[in-house]
Amino acid sequence: MTLRARTWLCAAGALGVAVLLVTAFLRMPRFGGDLHVYRDLALPATLARMTPNLVSSVNFDLRALDTLGEETIVAAAVVGTLSLLQPSPAERERIEPQRGYVMPVVKVAGYLLLPVTLLLGLDVVAHGHLTPGGGFQGGVVLATGWHLLYISGSYPALARLRPIDWCEYAEAAATGLYVVTGLAGLIAGGAFLANVLPKGEFGSLLSAGTVPVLSVLVGIEVAAGLVVLLAQFLGQGLIREEHS
Amino acid sequence: MTTAVLLVALAFVAVAGFAVVATPDPRRQAITLSLFSLCLTLLFVVLQAPDVALSELAVGSAVVPLLVLLTIRKVGGR
Repeated sequence: MTLRARTWLCAAGALGVAVLLVTAFLRMPRFGGDLHVYRDLALPATLARMTPNLVSSVNFDLRALDTLGEETIVAAAVVGTLSLLQPSPAERERIEPQRGYVMPVVKVAGYLLLPVTLLLGLDVVAHGHLTPGGGFQGGVVLATGWHLLYISGSYPALARLRPIDWCEYAEAAATGLYVVTGLAGLIAGGAFLANVLPKGEFGSLLSAGTVPVLSVLVGIEVAAGLVVLLAQFLGQGLIREEHS
Repeated sequence: MTTAVLLVALAFVAVAGFAVVATPDPRRQAITLSLFSLCLTLLFVVLQAPDVALSELAVGSAVVPLLVLLTIRKVGGR
Protein backbone atom coordinates (compact mmCIF):
# COMPACT_ATOMS: atom_id res chain seq x y z
CA MET A 1 0.00 0.00 0.00
CA THR A 2 1.42 3.38 -0.91
CA LEU A 3 1.90 6.14 1.62
CA ARG A 4 -0.85 8.16 -0.04
CA ALA A 5 -3.38 5.33 0.16
CA ARG A 6 -2.43 4.66 3.78
CA THR A 7 -2.89 8.34 4.68
CA TRP A 8 -6.36 8.36 3.09
CA LEU A 9 -7.29 5.10 4.82
CA CYS A 10 -6.15 6.50 8.18
CA ALA A 11 -8.07 9.73 7.56
CA ALA A 12 -11.25 7.78 6.68
CA GLY A 13 -10.90 5.68 9.84
CA ALA A 14 -10.26 8.75 12.00
CA LEU A 15 -13.29 10.47 10.49
CA GLY A 16 -15.47 7.43 11.25
CA VAL A 17 -14.28 7.33 14.87
CA ALA A 18 -14.84 11.09 15.18
CA VAL A 19 -18.42 10.79 13.87
CA LEU A 20 -19.17 7.92 16.27
CA LEU A 21 -17.66 9.79 19.24
CA VAL A 22 -19.55 13.02 18.48
CA THR A 23 -22.89 11.19 18.10
CA ALA A 24 -22.23 9.34 21.35
CA PHE A 25 -21.20 12.51 23.21
CA LEU A 26 -24.31 14.38 22.02
CA ARG A 27 -26.54 11.78 23.67
CA MET A 28 -24.60 11.58 26.93
CA PRO A 29 -26.01 13.03 30.17
CA ARG A 30 -24.75 16.55 30.85
CA PHE A 31 -21.31 16.77 32.54
CA GLY A 32 -21.73 17.30 36.29
CA GLY A 33 -25.50 16.86 36.01
CA ASP A 34 -27.89 15.20 38.45
CA LEU A 35 -28.59 12.09 36.38
CA HIS A 36 -26.54 9.19 37.82
CA VAL A 37 -28.35 5.90 37.30
CA TYR A 38 -25.62 3.75 38.80
CA ARG A 39 -25.11 6.05 41.80
CA ASP A 40 -28.81 5.90 42.65
CA LEU A 41 -28.62 2.11 42.69
CA ALA A 42 -25.20 1.75 44.37
CA LEU A 43 -25.56 4.31 47.17
CA PRO A 44 -28.45 2.61 49.08
CA ALA A 45 -26.77 -0.79 48.70
CA THR A 46 -23.49 0.66 49.99
CA LEU A 47 -25.12 2.27 53.02
CA ALA A 48 -27.01 -0.95 53.79
CA ARG A 49 -23.68 -2.77 53.93
CA MET A 50 -22.14 -0.16 56.28
CA THR A 51 -19.42 0.92 53.85
CA PRO A 52 -18.75 4.67 53.90
CA ASN A 53 -16.46 4.50 50.83
CA LEU A 54 -18.81 3.87 47.93
CA VAL A 55 -15.96 3.15 45.51
CA SER A 56 -14.56 0.41 47.73
CA SER A 57 -18.02 -1.06 48.16
CA VAL A 58 -18.38 -1.24 44.40
CA ASN A 59 -14.89 -2.69 43.99
CA PHE A 60 -14.90 -5.27 46.76
CA ASP A 61 -18.58 -6.03 47.31
CA LEU A 62 -21.09 -5.03 44.66
CA ARG A 63 -18.74 -5.82 41.76
CA ALA A 64 -16.15 -7.93 43.59
CA LEU A 65 -16.07 -10.38 40.68
CA ASP A 66 -14.65 -7.66 38.41
CA THR A 67 -11.90 -7.02 40.95
CA LEU A 68 -11.08 -10.74 40.95
CA GLY A 69 -10.58 -10.44 37.19
CA GLU A 70 -8.35 -7.39 37.59
CA GLU A 71 -6.39 -9.09 40.34
CA THR A 72 -5.85 -12.09 38.07
CA ILE A 73 -4.56 -9.75 35.35
CA VAL A 74 -1.95 -8.36 37.78
CA ALA A 75 -0.99 -11.90 38.82
CA ALA A 76 -0.71 -12.99 35.17
CA ALA A 77 1.47 -9.95 34.36
CA VAL A 78 3.80 -10.78 37.24
CA VAL A 79 3.99 -14.48 36.24
CA GLY A 80 4.72 -13.46 32.64
CA THR A 81 7.49 -11.07 33.72
CA LEU A 82 8.94 -13.72 36.01
CA SER A 83 9.13 -16.28 33.24
CA LEU A 84 10.40 -13.88 30.56
CA LEU A 85 12.96 -11.88 32.53
CA GLN A 86 14.48 -14.68 34.60
CA PRO A 87 18.27 -14.43 34.04
CA SER A 88 19.71 -17.47 32.27
CA PRO A 89 22.65 -19.33 33.91
CA ALA A 90 25.04 -17.61 31.48
CA GLU A 91 23.57 -14.20 32.33
CA ARG A 92 23.68 -14.98 36.03
CA GLU A 93 27.49 -15.13 35.84
CA ARG A 94 27.63 -11.64 34.38
CA ILE A 95 25.61 -10.03 37.18
CA GLU A 96 27.75 -7.45 38.89
CA PRO A 97 27.02 -5.07 41.76
CA GLN A 98 25.90 -1.63 40.70
CA ARG A 99 28.26 1.28 41.08
CA GLY A 100 27.07 4.82 40.88
CA TYR A 101 26.96 8.19 42.54
CA VAL A 102 23.80 9.47 44.22
CA MET A 103 23.49 13.08 45.29
CA PRO A 104 23.31 13.38 49.10
CA VAL A 105 20.10 15.43 48.80
CA VAL A 106 18.40 12.60 46.92
CA LYS A 107 19.66 10.13 49.50
CA VAL A 108 18.34 12.14 52.46
CA ALA A 109 15.01 12.80 50.73
CA GLY A 110 14.64 9.10 49.91
CA TYR A 111 15.31 7.97 53.46
CA LEU A 112 13.04 10.69 54.90
CA LEU A 113 10.17 9.82 52.57
CA LEU A 114 10.53 6.04 52.97
CA PRO A 115 8.78 5.69 56.37
CA VAL A 116 6.18 8.32 55.42
CA THR A 117 5.30 6.51 52.18
CA LEU A 118 5.16 3.07 53.82
CA LEU A 119 2.93 4.42 56.60
CA LEU A 120 0.68 6.11 54.03
CA GLY A 121 0.44 2.87 52.05
CA LEU A 122 -0.52 0.84 55.13
CA ASP A 123 -3.07 3.51 56.08
CA VAL A 124 -4.62 3.50 52.60
CA VAL A 125 -4.91 -0.31 52.63
CA ALA A 126 -6.25 -0.55 56.18
CA HIS A 127 -8.85 2.18 55.76
CA GLY A 128 -9.84 1.22 52.24
CA HIS A 129 -13.48 0.72 53.19
CA LEU A 130 -13.71 4.02 55.10
CA THR A 131 -11.70 6.67 53.24
CA PRO A 132 -10.61 7.11 49.62
CA GLY A 133 -8.20 4.41 48.59
CA GLY A 134 -8.22 0.67 48.96
CA GLY A 135 -6.14 -2.39 48.35
CA PHE A 136 -4.85 -1.54 44.89
CA GLN A 137 -3.93 2.07 45.66
CA GLY A 138 -2.33 1.22 49.00
CA GLY A 139 -0.46 -1.73 47.51
CA VAL A 140 0.97 0.41 44.73
CA VAL A 141 2.01 3.11 47.23
CA LEU A 142 3.70 0.45 49.39
CA ALA A 143 5.57 -1.06 46.46
CA THR A 144 6.76 2.29 45.05
CA GLY A 145 7.65 3.49 48.54
CA TRP A 146 9.80 0.41 49.02
CA HIS A 147 11.76 1.32 45.91
CA LEU A 148 12.75 4.68 47.42
CA LEU A 149 15.55 2.51 48.81
CA TYR A 150 16.69 2.03 45.22
CA ILE A 151 16.34 5.73 44.39
CA SER A 152 18.49 6.48 47.42
CA GLY A 153 21.23 4.61 45.62
CA SER A 154 21.45 1.53 47.75
CA TYR A 155 20.53 -1.40 45.55
CA PRO A 156 22.26 -3.82 47.96
CA ALA A 157 20.06 -2.44 50.77
CA LEU A 158 16.98 -2.95 48.64
CA ALA A 159 18.06 -6.47 47.69
CA ARG A 160 18.68 -7.37 51.35
CA LEU A 161 15.34 -5.95 52.53
CA ARG A 162 13.42 -7.52 49.69
CA PRO A 163 12.65 -11.17 50.30
CA ILE A 164 11.64 -11.97 46.72
CA ASP A 165 10.69 -15.57 47.56
CA TRP A 166 8.29 -14.43 50.24
CA CYS A 167 6.86 -11.74 47.95
CA GLU A 168 6.10 -14.45 45.38
CA TYR A 169 4.43 -16.63 48.03
CA ALA A 170 2.47 -13.65 49.41
CA GLU A 171 1.29 -12.70 45.93
CA ALA A 172 0.08 -16.20 45.12
CA ALA A 173 -1.47 -16.72 48.56
CA ALA A 174 -3.39 -13.42 48.47
CA THR A 175 -4.73 -14.17 44.98
CA GLY A 176 -5.83 -17.62 46.12
CA LEU A 177 -7.37 -16.36 49.35
CA TYR A 178 -9.50 -13.90 47.36
CA VAL A 179 -11.07 -16.89 45.60
CA VAL A 180 -11.38 -18.71 48.96
CA THR A 181 -13.24 -15.70 50.40
CA GLY A 182 -15.49 -15.82 47.37
CA LEU A 183 -16.17 -19.52 47.87
CA ALA A 184 -16.90 -18.89 51.56
CA GLY A 185 -19.52 -16.41 50.38
CA LEU A 186 -20.90 -19.05 48.02
CA ILE A 187 -21.25 -21.58 50.82
CA ALA A 188 -22.51 -19.24 53.55
CA GLY A 189 -24.42 -16.69 51.50
CA GLY A 190 -25.48 -18.56 48.39
CA ALA A 191 -23.54 -16.39 45.92
CA PHE A 192 -19.87 -16.20 44.89
CA LEU A 193 -18.18 -13.32 46.78
CA ALA A 194 -21.36 -12.62 48.77
CA ASN A 195 -20.70 -10.26 51.70
CA VAL A 196 -21.41 -12.71 54.54
CA LEU A 197 -19.31 -11.32 57.43
CA PRO A 198 -20.99 -9.16 60.10
CA LYS A 199 -21.31 -5.59 58.84
CA GLY A 200 -20.47 -3.92 62.17
CA GLU A 201 -20.89 -0.27 63.06
CA PHE A 202 -20.93 2.37 60.31
CA GLY A 203 -17.51 4.00 60.06
CA SER A 204 -15.55 1.77 62.45
CA LEU A 205 -12.35 -0.02 61.40
CA LEU A 206 -13.86 -3.49 61.66
CA SER A 207 -17.00 -3.02 59.61
CA ALA A 208 -18.38 -3.50 56.09
CA GLY A 209 -18.06 -7.31 56.22
CA THR A 210 -15.76 -8.76 53.58
CA VAL A 211 -14.82 -5.37 52.04
CA PRO A 212 -11.73 -4.75 54.26
CA VAL A 213 -10.76 -8.44 54.01
CA LEU A 214 -10.72 -8.37 50.21
CA SER A 215 -9.11 -4.91 50.24
CA VAL A 216 -6.22 -6.11 52.41
CA LEU A 217 -5.81 -9.23 50.25
CA VAL A 218 -5.61 -7.12 47.09
CA GLY A 219 -3.20 -4.78 48.90
CA ILE A 220 -0.85 -7.68 49.72
CA GLU A 221 -1.16 -9.09 46.21
CA VAL A 222 -0.47 -5.78 44.43
CA ALA A 223 2.37 -4.71 46.73
CA ALA A 224 4.13 -8.09 46.55
CA GLY A 225 3.42 -8.46 42.82
CA LEU A 226 4.85 -5.04 41.96
CA VAL A 227 7.97 -5.66 44.07
CA VAL A 228 8.54 -8.95 42.20
CA LEU A 229 7.85 -7.30 38.84
CA LEU A 230 10.22 -4.38 39.47
CA ALA A 231 12.83 -6.76 40.90
CA GLN A 232 12.94 -8.62 37.58
CA PHE A 233 13.40 -5.37 35.63
CA LEU A 234 16.04 -4.06 38.05
CA GLY A 235 17.83 -7.42 38.00
CA GLN A 236 18.05 -7.31 34.20
CA GLY A 237 19.70 -3.89 34.47
CA LEU A 238 22.54 -5.40 36.54
CA ILE A 239 23.54 -7.88 33.86
CA ARG A 240 26.68 -6.69 32.10
CA GLU A 241 26.57 -6.54 28.31
CA GLU A 242 28.37 -9.47 26.67
CA HIS A 243 30.29 -7.47 24.09
CA SER A 244 31.28 -4.54 26.29
CA MET B 1 -14.71 28.80 40.09
CA THR B 2 -14.85 24.98 39.93
CA THR B 3 -15.27 25.15 36.19
CA ALA B 4 -12.22 27.40 35.89
CA VAL B 5 -10.07 24.97 37.94
CA LEU B 6 -11.39 22.08 35.87
CA LEU B 7 -10.60 23.84 32.60
CA VAL B 8 -7.07 24.63 33.80
CA ALA B 9 -6.55 20.98 34.78
CA LEU B 10 -7.89 19.80 31.42
CA ALA B 11 -5.60 22.27 29.62
CA PHE B 12 -2.60 20.93 31.58
CA VAL B 13 -3.51 17.37 30.54
CA ALA B 14 -3.88 18.40 26.90
CA VAL B 15 -0.53 20.25 26.84
CA ALA B 16 1.28 17.45 28.69
CA GLY B 17 -0.26 14.81 26.40
CA PHE B 18 0.94 16.75 23.37
CA ALA B 19 4.39 17.05 24.96
CA VAL B 20 4.59 13.25 25.36
CA VAL B 21 3.72 12.71 21.70
CA ALA B 22 6.07 15.47 20.54
CA THR B 23 9.09 14.14 22.49
CA PRO B 24 11.27 12.22 20.03
CA ASP B 25 13.76 10.52 22.37
CA PRO B 26 12.18 7.64 24.38
CA ARG B 27 14.43 8.45 27.36
CA ARG B 28 13.04 11.98 27.56
CA GLN B 29 9.60 10.61 26.77
CA ALA B 30 9.65 8.68 30.05
CA ILE B 31 10.03 12.01 31.86
CA THR B 32 7.27 13.77 29.91
CA LEU B 33 5.08 10.70 30.47
CA SER B 34 5.68 11.11 34.20
CA LEU B 35 4.71 14.79 34.01
CA PHE B 36 1.62 13.86 31.97
CA SER B 37 0.62 11.46 34.74
CA LEU B 38 1.06 14.21 37.33
CA CYS B 39 -1.31 16.41 35.29
CA LEU B 40 -3.80 13.53 35.08
CA THR B 41 -3.53 13.10 38.87
CA LEU B 42 -4.37 16.78 39.26
CA LEU B 43 -7.37 16.36 36.95
CA PHE B 44 -8.64 13.35 38.92
CA VAL B 45 -8.35 15.29 42.18
CA VAL B 46 -10.30 18.18 40.66
CA LEU B 47 -12.94 15.68 39.47
CA GLN B 48 -13.18 14.40 43.10
CA ALA B 49 -11.78 10.95 42.33
CA PRO B 50 -8.99 10.64 44.92
CA ASP B 51 -8.86 6.83 44.52
CA VAL B 52 -8.01 7.05 40.86
CA ALA B 53 -5.63 9.94 41.53
CA LEU B 54 -3.62 7.82 44.00
CA SER B 55 -3.30 4.95 41.53
CA GLU B 56 -2.37 7.30 38.69
CA LEU B 57 0.23 9.04 40.85
CA ALA B 58 1.95 5.80 41.85
CA VAL B 59 1.58 3.76 38.65
CA GLY B 60 1.62 6.45 35.98
CA SER B 61 4.21 8.86 37.30
CA ALA B 62 6.56 6.42 39.05
CA VAL B 63 6.29 2.76 38.07
CA VAL B 64 5.64 3.03 34.32
CA PRO B 65 8.43 5.59 33.60
CA LEU B 66 10.81 3.49 35.72
CA LEU B 67 9.93 0.36 33.70
CA VAL B 68 10.35 2.32 30.45
CA LEU B 69 13.76 3.66 31.52
CA LEU B 70 14.97 0.24 32.69
CA THR B 71 13.83 -1.35 29.42
CA ILE B 72 15.54 1.34 27.29
CA ARG B 73 18.72 0.90 29.33
CA LYS B 74 18.59 -2.83 28.63
CA VAL B 75 17.78 -2.80 24.93
CA GLY B 76 18.93 0.70 23.91
CA GLY B 77 22.58 -0.17 23.30
CA ARG B 78 21.87 -2.63 20.50
